[in-house]
Amino acid sequence: MQSTHLEQIQLEKTHPLGEFLRANIPEPFATLFNLIVAAVCIVALVSFSVLFLVWLERKICARFQARIGPNRVGPFGLLQTVADGIKLFLKEGLRPRGSDAFAYYLAPLLPLISVFLSMSVLPFDHNLQISDPQAGVLFLAAVSGLGVFGILLAGWSSNNKYSLLGGMRAAAQILSYEISLTLIFLFIVVLSGTASLREVVFSQAGTILDWWIFKIPLVGLLAFLLFLISSTAELNRGPFDMAEAESELTGGYHTEYTGIRFALFFLAEYAHLLIASLVGATFFLGGFLAPAFGIPGLEFIDRALAQIPGFLWLMLKAFVLIVIYMWFRWSLPRLRVDQLLDLEWKFLLPMTLLTLALGTSFLGLGWILP
Amino acid sequence: MMEKQFPSKETAFTQAAAMGPPRLGAFAPELFQAERVDQTNTSYLKKVWGALSSIPQGLAVTLSYLFNPKKIVTRQYPENRKNLKLASRFRGQVIMPHDSEGEHKCTACTLCEKACPNGTISILSTTSVSGKKVLGQFIYRLSQCTLCNLCIEACPFDAIHMNQEFEFAAYSRKPLDLILNKKEGRT
Repeated sequence: MQSTHLEQIQLEKTHPLGEFLRANIPEPFATLFNLIVAAVCIVALVSFSVLFLVWLERKICARFQARIGPNRVGPFGLLQTVADGIKLFLKEGLRPRGSDAFAYYLAPLLPLISVFLSMSVLPFDHNLQISDPQAGVLFLAAVSGLGVFGILLAGWSSNNKYSLLGGMRAAAQILSYEISLTLIFLFIVVLSGTASLREVVFSQAGTILDWWIFKIPLVGLLAFLLFLISSTAELNRGPFDMAEAESELTGGYHTEYTGIRFALFFLAEYAHLLIASLVGATFFLGGFLAPAFGIPGLEFIDRALAQIPGFLWLMLKAFVLIVIYMWFRWSLPRLRVDQLLDLEWKFLLPMTLLTLALGTSFLGLGWILP
Repeated sequence: MMEKQFPSKETAFTQAAAMGPPRLGAFAPELFQAERVDQTNTSYLKKVWGALSSIPQGLAVTLSYLFNPKKIVTRQYPENRKNLKLASRFRGQVIMPHDSEGEHKCTACTLCEKACPNGTISILSTTSVSGKKVLGQFIYRLSQCTLCNLCIEACPFDAIHMNQEFEFAAYSRKPLDLILNKKEGRT
């Protein structure tokens, strides 16, 4: 019964709101209107979640270090980020002498483009996805690497040695870890037999044990750990935050940026954190599907959990992953550049290849959970 | 296990109090000396295992902080003014203790005045009835003082101390020019 219901949902690929618009507005305008609605929704989602995430990071980091964190502006300091944002908007935008004006002004926009492009293919709910290309996973791998152009350009155009070093380090790091990350994407594509993100989620339908983190015994968990490590490096977050490394590079690639342009880098950084967590939840934790335990006699729990909208489930799973990323960042000491590249090329890359081989052989041999 | 490596605040403070007036680096040396393990003869696999097993250790420490609000060390100052607890080594304003008869121990030897790097202290001496040089006014300019404790260390008679007052904000320098001795010209 479960599966037929799912198949039915899978067939209806459109959201009721989009259908309503198409029925009432003539065609070219309906598509345009739908796109505008989608863009506004994504901008709202990104900005509000970044406001929340920055507050959460400061609060959680404080608690990890036995401090209190922001607690003066608004209840629990929730409006602290808004106050900081207003301050950044009012700051003067400076450009260092001798910097390349075009590249300098272009650089903060590129990571944001990567953010919005990635958001446009993520499935948020059963029928809530802007676009579902057949090669969605490939698209995601391609656009998530776009952000590095912004970082490189910022580092190069700022005419500052710290910026240049930070940008170069970030580029070397992101390009290296992109390989492991893409191999893990490939692992998921091989397992689920499809490269459409929506289909990847539906391939995990069923109980919790059908999620890819548990479905292939141990190998799934290993792949998830590798995903966590390589995406942390991809996000330039601690313990891999070589690009910023404030103790040696003052601020890394955004040393010379002030006011609103610095805020854009900051926004993109936290939006990338959100995207990495959403992707992790989609690939390993069943995406927007409600967790079902499938215990005989206790099916009512599963039915009750399934009543909660899939969007909230996805956000909850992403939230758990975000807290894990923050936990890593504020617990582990920063690596050196050579250690960082050693870790990728001598450890993570062989491990991901091994995981890929193990996963495919487990799948071929049928050693998966029923 | 962690308590062994890092003494709690209270133990550190009592130790510091037992040590007497603080000298640089004398306070709680355990806090500044990490345990060094000689790894030259350790095998590669043991090193890898040590590195891997230390990650969950660190994560466990931070997680215990996250879930134990009692471990928060932040003190919210203006709110906790009533029951503010300062460490015994905290140095505030310089004072000159007077005994029950209103006498102080200062002999106007000006060692503190010479020890002060900022010219905070000026000693104006006067002559007593018996023709002896005694303290007239001990002028202490709090606005110039860095609370460095050098005058206290220089005093051979233990005549001046530092108390724990620290709220000195004022609109001009005038209220911060203090005369520490209560009576003039007696010994």
